[in-house]
Amino acid sequence: MELHDVWFVLIAVLWTGYFFLEGFDFGIGVLTKLLARDRKERRVLINTIGPVWDGNEVWLLSAGGATFAAFPEWYATLFSGFYLPLLVILLCLIVRGVAFEYRAKRPEERWQANWEHAIFWTSLIPAFLWGVAFGNIVRGVKIDADMEYVGNLWDLLNPYAILGGLVTLSLFTFHGAVFAGLKTVGDIRSRARGLAVKLGLATAVLALGFLVWTQAENGNVRSLVAMIIAVVSLVLAIGAVSAGREGWSFAFSGVTIAAAVAMLFLTLFPNVMPSSLDDAWSLTVSNASSSPYTLKIMTWCAGIATPVVLLYQGWTYWVFRKRIGTHHIADAH
Amino acid sequence: MDLALAPETLARWQFGITTVYHFLFVPLTISLAALTAGLQTAWVRTDNEKYLRATKFWGKLFLINIAMGVVTGIVQEFQFGMNWSDYSRFVGDVFGAPLAFEALIAFFFESTFIGLWIFGWDKLPKKIHLACIWMVSIGTILSTFFILAANSWMQHPVGYRINEERGRAELTDFWKVLTQDTALTQFFHTITAAFLVGGAFMVGISAFHLARKKHIRVMRTSLRVGLVTVVAAGMLTAVSGDTLGKVMFKQQPMKMAAAEALWEGEDGAPFSLFAVGDVAEGHNDVEVSIPGVLSFLADNTFTSYVPGINDINKELQETYGPGDYRPNIPVAFWSFRWMIGFGMASFGLGLLGLWLTRRKFLLPAALRTGEDEVPKLVLFRNKALSPKLAKLYWITALWTMLFPLIANSWGWIFTEMGRQPWVVYGVFQTRDAVSPGVSQGEILTSMIGFTALYAVLAVIEVKLLLKYVKAGPPELTEADLNPPTRIGGHDEDADRPMAFSY
Repeated sequence: MELHDVWFVLIAVLWTGYFFLEGFDFGIGVLTKLLARDRKERRVLINTIGPVWDGNEVWLLSAGGATFAAFPEWYATLFSGFYLPLLVILLCLIVRGVAFEYRAKRPEERWQANWEHAIFWTSLIPAFLWGVAFGNIVRGVKIDADMEYVGNLWDLLNPYAILGGLVTLSLFTFHGAVFAGLKTVGDIRSRARGLAVKLGLATAVLALGFLVWTQAENGNVRSLVAMIIAVVSLVLAIGAVSAGREGWSFAFSGVTIAAAVAMLFLTLFPNVMPSSLDDAWSLTVSNASSSPYTLKIMTWCAGIATPVVLLYQGWTYWVFRKRIGTHHIADAH
Repeated sequence: MDLALAPETLARWQFGITTVYHFLFVPLTISLAALTAGLQTAWVRTDNEKYLRATKFWGKLFLINIAMGVVTGIVQEFQFGMNWSDYSRFVGDVFGAPLAFEALIAFFFESTFIGLWIFGWDKLPKKIHLACIWMVSIGTILSTFFILAANSWMQHPVGYRINEERGRAELTDFWKVLTQDTALTQFFHTITAAFLVGGAFMVGISAFHLARKKHIRVMRTSLRVGLVTVVAAGMLTAVSGDTLGKVMFKQQPMKMAAAEALWEGEDGAPFSLFAVGDVAEGHNDVEVSIPGVLSFLADNTFTSYVPGINDINKELQETYGPGDYRPNIPVAFWSFRWMIGFGMASFGLGLLGLWLTRRKFLLPAALRTGEDEVPKLVLFRNKALSPKLAKLYWITALWTMLFPLIANSWGWIFTEMGRQPWVVYGVFQTRDAVSPGVSQGEILTSMIGFTALYAVLAVIEVKLLLKYVKAGPPELTEADLNPPTRIGGHDEDADRPMAFSY
């Protein structure tokens, strides 16, 4: 295994970390409208992710930065090619971060309601668009001999990629509902469990369609294994939450996300961004990667930093391990 | 294509707008994190409540500010790929590494511990909670370092080779990239300038309250902290700026000549205070200057030779082939002056303030004030300033509190514009760096999108800051004074409302 193969795996790990963590906080954002019945319940939901959403989002910046350093060509083609969807994601993430931090800074109901609308939409849209982006990466897009994306916006909005977007949206919302069940107490907790089962079933239908389609078009034996793990753990996650075991369910929905990301990356390898125009023009782990020296330095950095990050981020979740209910929210706001 | 709307021009404008905007929040974040951490340390060590109230007050302003810094920083990470894909392809092997280091080491640190600090008041023992804000501060400083190492490589590329076959720069010595003199001096200069911003911010807001005789106990302390910060940071900014100027003179002589609008080389070159030039003709029409000073800034002697813009342009044409290697001279000239002018004005006012509010040192006993009194402003021995003059000082301090921020912005505009037409000095030109596949319409859309959103957010942010500035430090609650002694909070408090919630 060469260093660029190691980095292919590490990039997959960073995206898995991002989708696992920001996945549930996107889900919580969507649930502020689907699950919460009043302002107080919305606040309960927002506060389950309050201390952690920012740290979760850094996984995206790490995935982006690491792609830039380890696969400059991939970074350049991907972000200049998927220009407008990425622009929308960035605008959403800007508003979303400000919304969390500023919402409670004024007591007026209208001020808070506006930020709550913002949280809903800016969680829903990126959750959908990341699926569209990854659907397109796996399916292959129009890349020319100079590694430039030569398609347009409409080429990106094909049925397969849109199905991918619906899968990430529903999967993250399901993951968020399970997280809500795990982190809240009282009436909202039992409703979160009920909603999680319904969302889980919808996700199962969509995900099965998307994963089978992926497997049929681009799959191999290893991706089939990952697909089976994803599907089985999704079923287990739904079963666990309907039995009231939110902790197990959350672990399984996490495995589902990891296995789904693994499957997409396994269908890609050794490409990182296949060209739909000519196989010879595809970006691969070798023609898109940095020099061995850079990869070596990056390996040291990621090898030491990532476990440390996991340790202190894990510690954060332990500090804020208590469930939150409406009675924990002061009336002052 | 219309030059004003050429993709390169638009991409440069977008980079300028989003980066200058991002950097309005960065220096305040860096300095307020450390200053808040310092105030909280004083609270933990002394148990004096004024420090806790100060921590909560400045901490709140810090949080309103860092939120904007964080979200506008996301754009920076992806903008290279979106608008500058050919740049990314060419430099990614070198430039990507410090960016990835920043995310993996600094950004994770900052973002995780800020969450712990915000929500941790009733979940963490006092000292661990204090450690969290220090972690945030360390994160901001590490982040500064990695980003500046990346930028310094654009100013003065080292530790790389050109791979002709792949058509790109490749890293050969990462340590050199991190520790070259450009990176170290630029880091020193940026950090000290950041503390100048935070210090002046504290002084201005303290002056606002002291002029109204409100929240005196907290604001007296804050004023002091702010003034000492301004003076120390101002002095170090000047020293580091001078060092950076000498580094720049060696590495980018064109930038130095442009900063001075020095068209022809001279022995004992002057520092011009004011000049109006004609770029096409290559000379200044009007100029007011002090002889010898530029030579001193560049080389530590008043007589040494400083090459002019026309000389260097010719030299560069011989080295790199035909072309115009001059940056925009008026922009370089004026941004350099505004950087120094605004920064040093703030330093001077800080020095004055520190003298006016001096404590026992050289101050007669009758003029000393207690904890609950607004400090008397004393210019000369034995006599306090008249109320009118005192008011004038407070108002000046308030209205000049953003001077260092203006200086920071012009400093960056100078650094980046003065390097043109290069994006990586001597190696890669800006016109070759833009994304070839991105259309004019796409760049225009994103530029308008970001600018409009940033404008709206600026209004919201400033209004929110004003609200919390005017409100002053909060009253302390029972819970504030009795932090938990175990991690996660006490079980008997399980049903109490959270000390902080969104």
